[in-house]
Amino acid sequence: MEFSNKYIVGFAIGLCLVCSTAVSSLAVGLKERQDANRLLDKQVNVLRVAQLISHDEKPTHEQVEEVFKNIKVFVFDQATAKSASVDNVWKFDPRKAEMTFPKKGDAWGKRAKKISLKSMPKTLIAYQVQTPGKECLVLPIYGNGLWSLLRGFLAIDLNTGKVIGITFYEHLETAGLGGEIENPLWQAKWPGKTCFDAQGLPVLDVVKQGKVLSPEFEVDGISGATITSVAVGNMVKLWLGDAGYGPFLQKMREVN
Amino acid sequence: MNKETKGILLDPLHLQNPITLQVLGICSALAVTTKLEPAFVMSAALTFVLILSNVFISLLRNKIPGSIRIITQLAIIASLVIVADQILKAYLFEMSKMLSVFVGLIITNCIVMGRAEAFAMGNPPWKSAMDGFANAMGYSAILIIVGFFRELLGSGKLLGYTVMESVNNGGWYFPNGLMVLSPGAFFIIGLLIWLQRTLSTEMQEDSN
Amino acid sequence: MELINLALKAIFVENIVLAFFLGMCSFLAVSKKVDTAMGLGLAVIFVLAVTTPLNNLVFHYLLKEGALGWMLGKESAMEIDLSFLGFIAYIAVIAAVIQIVEMALEKFSPALYSALGVFLPLIAVNCAILGSSLFMVQREYGLAESTVFGIGSGIGFWLAIIALAAIREKLRYSNVPPGLRGLGITFITTGLMAMGFMLFAGIQL
Repeated sequence: MEFSNKYIVGFAIGLCLVCSTAVSSLAVGLKERQDANRLLDKQVNVLRVAQLISHDEKPTHEQVEEVFKNIKVFVFDQATAKSASVDNVWKFDPRKAEMTFPKKGDAWGKRAKKISLKSMPKTLIAYQVQTPGKECLVLPIYGNGLWSLLRGFLAIDLNTGKVIGITFYEHLETAGLGGEIENPLWQAKWPGKTCFDAQGLPVLDVVKQGKVLSPEFEVDGISGATITSVAVGNMVKLWLGDAGYGPFLQKMREVN
Repeated sequence: MNKETKGILLDPLHLQNPITLQVLGICSALAVTTKLEPAFVMSAALTFVLILSNVFISLLRNKIPGSIRIITQLAIIASLVIVADQILKAYLFEMSKMLSVFVGLIITNCIVMGRAEAFAMGNPPWKSAMDGFANAMGYSAILIIVGFFRELLGSGKLLGYTVMESVNNGGWYFPNGLMVLSPGAFFIIGLLIWLQRTLSTEMQEDSN
Repeated sequence: MELINLALKAIFVENIVLAFFLGMCSFLAVSKKVDTAMGLGLAVIFVLAVTTPLNNLVFHYLLKEGALGWMLGKESAMEIDLSFLGFIAYIAVIAAVIQIVEMALEKFSPALYSALGVFLPLIAVNCAILGSSLFMVQREYGLAESTVFGIGSGIGFWLAIIALAAIREKLRYSNVPPGLRGLGITFITTGLMAMGFMLFAGIQL
């Protein structure tokens, strides 16, 4: 069937209009609901990682707000740990604000590159859980796995220097392999691990499945998902170090 | 049921299986079959998309100019999948987290595009819907079989439930690491093809 | 130096077909003869070399948050984040480039055009091509890096498909059981090739 050029152009324009209208109007119209879902998911994960709720619980927005009354949110400059401010604490994405790039000799640059990060944020957010008996610090972390950016939280007890928990709320890794970072069974391997060595340097790590030599601070990786597992190990080392929450944690230690 | 309909519905299950004969949809057959659950989810998602895309493209088949047909098919398929993903993210957030991984895998799934080109462009909507359904069933069958063996032999579990207790947990089964990696999937599919073609010799390829 | 490392990584260590298992459909279907495999491989190199940097520009100047600054002024542009259109935009670019390749092939090499058959338009959904663009966005490559990465990935694909085609041509003269002939033994061979490429995993360049 021969189509005139006019028809072809008209058809193409028509198709573009229909498809883009459908996709865009949905994306814009549903944005508020989607954002609310995402926010609730993030907050629930903060509660989960601090072991304030179990993995299966699905609290409502109101219930979450109630628990957050006992959680203090810190916004600070990464390098100096000095207090900073942002418009909306829950909408702020450190990755989209001003970044710090590694200089030639910086060791953290190499580690960041391993998880395909070219820079680290200048302003960071952290959560301090003040519920009696469950005090801990919840630190947002992110890095690239095999297919996608992994976003999660690492909860640590600054007094004992041990992990309280880890959780991931955003990723697009292979279901059944890298995707297992979301599995509570794997996450259960983290609580109790030591974060820092005697010198205060981050020592917490993830090793290839079955190759744990020092169970004190090494977590067994996911079978068949070496790249994602190693990425998580690099992530925690990077974020616990001086390009991440190191200065903040130091300041929090001095305050106590 | 007349012969043609029977052919449309039954061929893709075995004789014209999208994965083992048409060589379509391989990437996802490797990626989502490490465990049985994602295999089920992907099968369901692909069935939904394949039927809808075949119907849409079939409805428009006489209006699509040949010179831009690839982009047209892709635009329709991609829009369908993204619309589904957006709706899920708003109303079924938990499920969307699990399915968002598959969005990319479905848009680029050669089966969807392959059937659009090979069938929907030349057939009426009702037949195209049946063709979509049948191919999705053929695809799902392979995915579930591969997922079954990979999870069972690779970790001793099925759908997360332990069937054969692994040595790490005090049992007797040594999980086969190769099954969890992609070469394991290749070998299983290769053996499946062997089985299929031994049973139905018309599927065999000539030796020259 | 960085760029050469990037290219070597894309060709061998992170071979898009044998390490990431993207692009399997065309890889398995078009590797029957070395001639057709060569044709497809070169087509893939060309498409990847063009689309990866093109999509980089699309991402930086159209889609990412604040990208429309050149058109609307920086302030109002910061509000707009079109990255949800990523999939459609990259595929549109890829499909357009492939439609052009298809028209060129039909005119200048009809034999190759008919040999590739339905698998030429299928390059448009070849997960390897889209995957390259998605990796490029995820890893925040610049324009030069995108081009090198695209060419490198393409060469990796070409290498893998030529190797498989060569093996398959030889296998035709072997006594393969009838049920395994053709596709069956190809799957098993590819599995073995994939295992071979695993030796590259973990090499830090």
